Amino acid sequence: MSARDRLVSPLIRDNPVTRQILGICSALAVTTSMTTALTMSAALVFVLCTAAALISAIRRHIPRAIRLILQITIIATLVILVDELLRAYAFALSERLSIFVGLIVTNCLVLGRAEAFAMHHPAGAAVLDGLGNALGYGLVLMVVAAIRELLGTGALFGRTVLPLAEEGGWFAPLRLMQLAPAAFFVLGLLVWAIRSARPEQVERPEHRLAPEAEP
Amino acid sequence: MAETRGIWGRFLDRPNEDPVKAIGMAGIVALCAALVLSTTAILLRPLQEAHLEAARAARMEEMLDTLPGLRDLMREAGVDALETRLVALSDGRFVAVGDGAMEPVPEAEDIAGLGERPAVVPVHLLERDGRLALVVLPVSGQGYQSRIEALLALEPDLNTVAALAITAQGETPGLGTRITEPDWLALWPGREIADETGAIRIAVTRGDATGPHEVDGISGATRTGNGVANMVRFWMGPWGYGPFLDRLREGAA
Repeated sequence: MSARDRLVSPLIRDNPVTRQILGICSALAVTTSMTTALTMSAALVFVLCTAAALISAIRRHIPRAIRLILQITIIATLVILVDELLRAYAFALSERLSIFVGLIVTNCLVLGRAEAFAMHHPAGAAVLDGLGNALGYGLVLMVVAAIRELLGTGALFGRTVLPLAEEGGWFAPLRLMQLAPAAFFVLGLLVWAIRSARPEQVERPEHRLAPEAEP
Repeated sequence: MAETRGIWGRFLDRPNEDPVKAIGMAGIVALCAALVLSTTAILLRPLQEAHLEAARAARMEEMLDTLPGLRDLMREAGVDALETRLVALSDGRFVAVGDGAMEPVPEAEDIAGLGERPAVVPVHLLERDGRLALVVLPVSGQGYQSRIEALLALEPDLNTVAALAITAQGETPGLGTRITEPDWLALWPGREIADETGAIRIAVTRGDATGPHEVDGISGATRTGNGVANMVRFWMGPWGYGPFLDRLREGAA
């Protein structure tokens, strides 16, 4: 697998959210606006790349028995670091993201890449893989957030794009889009759209109904 | 070669199955993490505190804006902010300086789950023509999963809630965090904390609140609501502002 592939394939073909259905919880929670989605994506890029680099660098000295503990310690340290930085330099944003930056620790995506990739590959490849996956996650977040913010408030990044009816424009915002269920709908439609365009992503059914027996 | 590489090299050369290596690696990683995080926390603390202080001041202003007629009152009194004074909680007297010392709260009295309380706290007062018009008390208590901080404004009778503002909390988004919504905070003004006998009765109920001592809880946030109620009960009681309020009632704090 070439370096370019490592970076590009998690964007759509092996996207961690739409293909592997990982990191859904935070993808639902922070996509009410583009600003929060972008911040969350940036936080994940930092955590995933740094964690991949650190874990890959010490991979030959990680005893198998405690490898998950060490991985989680490193990941948790980085997440707390990001959280502290946000609270110091972007206080308003950290209030809006509330606990979801902290919950990056439990994002299966991060531990998944550490365990599946960084543990067995050199640092350079591990960082590229982390970056690719984080960008793939970020891409989905941004798409979902763009749809939810635009249809829910008529704005993008907090700037009005569609003039609101209540302010003399023509656009009546869909309040539903700002509520949690809308994130499921948008994400579900996105998964469906991608799998329709790329049928090879469709998972095989786990079981089939037996053909009806003759009476 | 191995003996020339020193103790560090010999440690790294140990097989990964070796218990010494496992404990050593865990210790090293934990130590690095602790160093990085404690350094960051200490370096960034002043910046974070400044943000929190600004947020607290903004909430205070917002709360004052929700009180009907208060701005007029302040204009008449010729002030644009409340007077802030320091109170020693143990005897309720005003003091000139506080040193940030904490006092342990006995477990039986600690209904707010604080563990300890500051010895000296700032309170905010508004006087008009020499008579008290409003008292704003900072309060805090344990919610469902976080420390809740709030400002409690009392009417001059020192028993009726004028307003409640949540200044800091980290409750469950969408459930517990709804305590910060104006709709819920609007249920507090007019509630009475103690009954005629002086017993503290204020409570957050499940279902329909009845009587002047009850506030409707939020569905799905029962424990957060109880946390807020316990916080108010604690701070209005003998281990909170009780002695101070008694002195204020006697007109000589």
